[in-house]
Amino acid sequence: MVRMTRLSTFGKLLGCGLLLASGTVLSRPASEIPQQARPSEELLTLPGELGNRGGRLVVSLRAEPKTLNPLTAADAPSREVILGAMQADLIHINRATQLTEPALAKSWKVSANGLQYTLTLRKGVRFSDGQPFDADDVLFTFRVYLDENVHATQRDQLIVGGKPIAVRKVDAQTVVFQLAKTYGAGERLFDGLAILPRHLLEKVFAEGKLAQTWMLATPANQWAGLGPFRLKEYVPGQKLVLERNPYYWKQDTKGNPLPYLDELIFLFVPNADAQVLRFQSGETDLISRLSAENFSVLSRQQHGYAMSDAGPGLEYNFLFFNLNEPGEKISPDLAPKMKWFRELKFRQAISAAIDRDAIVRLVYQGRGAALWGPVTPGNHRWGNPAVPHPARSLEKARALLRESGFAWTTATDGEPALVDSDAKPVEFSILTSSTNADRTKMATLIQDDLKQIGIRVQVVPLEFRSLIDRVTQTREYEACVLGLVSFDADPTPELNVWLSSGGTHLWNPSQSHPATAWEAEIDSLMRQQLAAPSYEQRKKAFDRVQQILAEIQPMIFLASPDILVGAKNSIGNFHPSVLEPYVLWNVEQLYFRNTSENVRR
Amino acid sequence: MIQRRGWKRWLLALAVLHGIVAFAGFFAPYDPTEQDRERPYLPPMKIHLVDAQGHFHLRPFFYAEHLRGGSFDQFEETTDHAIPLRFFVSGARYRLLGLLPSRMHLFGAQASRIYLLGSDAYGRDQFSRILYGGQISLSAGLLGAGLTLFFGTLIGATAGYYGGWRDGLLMRVAELFVALPWLYLLFALRAFLPLAVSPLQAFFLIITVIGAVGWARPARLVRGVVLSAKERDFVRAARGFGATDGYLLRRHILPETSSVILTQAAILVPQFVLAEMTLSFLGLGVPEPMPSWGSLLTNLQQYSVLVSSWWMYAPALAIVPFFLVYLGLASALQQDAGTGKIEKTTDGT
Repeated sequence: MVRMTRLSTFGKLLGCGLLLASGTVLSRPASEIPQQARPSEELLTLPGELGNRGGRLVVSLRAEPKTLNPLTAADAPSREVILGAMQADLIHINRATQLTEPALAKSWKVSANGLQYTLTLRKGVRFSDGQPFDADDVLFTFRVYLDENVHATQRDQLIVGGKPIAVRKVDAQTVVFQLAKTYGAGERLFDGLAILPRHLLEKVFAEGKLAQTWMLATPANQWAGLGPFRLKEYVPGQKLVLERNPYYWKQDTKGNPLPYLDELIFLFVPNADAQVLRFQSGETDLISRLSAENFSVLSRQQHGYAMSDAGPGLEYNFLFFNLNEPGEKISPDLAPKMKWFRELKFRQAISAAIDRDAIVRLVYQGRGAALWGPVTPGNHRWGNPAVPHPARSLEKARALLRESGFAWTTATDGEPALVDSDAKPVEFSILTSSTNADRTKMATLIQDDLKQIGIRVQVVPLEFRSLIDRVTQTREYEACVLGLVSFDADPTPELNVWLSSGGTHLWNPSQSHPATAWEAEIDSLMRQQLAAPSYEQRKKAFDRVQQILAEIQPMIFLASPDILVGAKNSIGNFHPSVLEPYVLWNVEQLYFRNTSENVRR
Repeated sequence: MIQRRGWKRWLLALAVLHGIVAFAGFFAPYDPTEQDRERPYLPPMKIHLVDAQGHFHLRPFFYAEHLRGGSFDQFEETTDHAIPLRFFVSGARYRLLGLLPSRMHLFGAQASRIYLLGSDAYGRDQFSRILYGGQISLSAGLLGAGLTLFFGTLIGATAGYYGGWRDGLLMRVAELFVALPWLYLLFALRAFLPLAVSPLQAFFLIITVIGAVGWARPARLVRGVVLSAKERDFVRAARGFGATDGYLLRRHILPETSSVILTQAAILVPQFVLAEMTLSFLGLGVPEPMPSWGSLLTNLQQYSVLVSSWWMYAPALAIVPFFLVYLGLASALQQDAGTGKIEKTTDGT
């Protein structure tokens, strides 16, 4: 039903897979000369700085993409390459304004009841192999996405109100989408849904081999897309080279065809520190997803490049306790602890005792924002200003603990120790992902914060997969620090986090019935916002959700990091956004100011 | 005779070094887990004698440091206010040698904290952490070596003295242990153990793991010495007079192995300190916030720390004097044992 919200280190881990195929290096015949703007085409004109044509942009990817097939791309590097540079969608969310704008559909109409979307397609658009694009490609694409045997990652997102979206062709330029129920986020649904070339994939689809097609080693002439770049060469373990799509459907204000760049090269650099070194030495032109420490290292000696802080992104980090129903198989150690965790005042006390400003200062070197809810300051439209931002208060934490029956004794080492009403000392462990230094640091700060109210905490760094397994499967854990990143600023992609039936409803996932009254209320509010026709009504519902979360504290929100990026000074039109892909979202407009430098390369 | 004094000198140096670490509570100005959240990654402070106005002070002093405006990692000195360094001050509570509660510290200051070796990511005093970290690393090394030598001697003596199938079995097992890739074995062992372990449990775990893996080499050495010792004339004579196995081992054979065991001890302690550091460096040692030399070095896994916080290398330097003195002791002991043997053989003939 909804797009998966990604656990933010998930992609990194998925990305460490093996090479899928050996690389045959094939390139396209050089006969195809980029053409000038063709009058029969309805090109999209992009405002912005006018650039020079030419040059090759080199960026590093933290892992080799697993596939070039949008249907099976689940790892972050594949998504970055496919959605950022190789494919295009019908309606696109502008990463700077966070609003929708026309893409392959030049306009759209929504029926009065909100159930029918009529999209008018751009005329004269062609795939990167020169074949024309029309309504049949759209129909084919959605048939593939919705086919149960293909297991497309997009399928869930296209089932609205329990029924798949029905797609109908009116003429070669008009397609109608029929929804069974109103969808709150509206046309944002179409963002990121790559349109596939029917002429290349129809046969493979009929053979049922679609999911296995378009691996990285695909010969360039068997691949086509509608994005600004097309496949040129893949060198296993090293790089993926893309070249300009001569048939791309965007132009600048002077009528020059976009993209400006000749080539876009993705280097596979698996280690964050190695990426920093490559960027520092000038091997790569752009860098994103920087840690605050590496950002300040790069900021200190800027030779020919400039670093910029795009402000808080959409990632929110939080602490949560195990709020599952204590089953029969629960270990005797965990059962009394789960009793504390279910105590509302206990969670509120923990929240009051945590020094969020210190987290921002020590973990993000001030390049981040403290959080009291899931909506980060980077999200311009959905934050609830009424959610209180109480300052850290140990007195309040102590008062709350006292009210719910906890008391203090003196431990053997002379420090005060918190005990529950059965005189059992309050101790618990916090899981963190061992690959994420930031979150381990947060947990270590929380450990010290809670020591001051007499709670002993142990920080347990765990390999990410086994951590997720503990949280969602065996549910044998006490507390955990995690982070989530949404692809979109809209709350709808986060349904699986807030709905009690959701798989990412981390504190008590995949419930058959809401376990508590407040979870039931959140469920109904989230469904309300999904169905409400206007932004104001949706916002009202989601505001209430934020209020409930702030009060009940199923997740104790901690902080959100800024999006930290860097680029060579010679790159024009560089406007990092806080939505993914942070630096490549306007790759078709990026250009080199001083092309002589690139000629030398 | 000069040689004998040689190893005593090494032993004295070792005692001094261990003394500093054992009395870390006194020598360290602060609690190793106390965070100063205003001063993460603070570079080592400078101790001055001449202030910003050019006046000379008899008592060394330092300036408090604060973050430069708008920065989160650059500090500057507040030069308008000199803070004198004080000795034998009262400060954080600790237990001397784990027993005597005390508040006395060798040095410190009022109104501001002094960071001789800078601070870490959480603003914890690196100097105090190195001293306290040494307690964990060194005692892991010492206890691990003690355990290893105990089992090594026991197994080696049994194998060497009784011989036969016992010798065959024990030595095959020892060979197996020597051949095992022990670092990976440590990983495997650690992986089987529970997730959240308290610092104390983790500490004993490491010692057990180190001790369990390391016994094979000393056992083989001891076996060799026992094999030759049990054929000596005086041992045969004692046996002829009806001495029991236990008596023979205790009075005649094991004393022969003492020089081998002592030399082994001097070699094994630093080796096991290094083993503990390796485990902690890889995150399998004593958990945060307790420091150990290995876990202090984990910070160096980050590029940003490598290039911008040179004082984080200090724990690596701290082990150098310990290793040098241990190895000096080992070679002095070996020489001593060598001359002792020569003396004995010349006496005998």
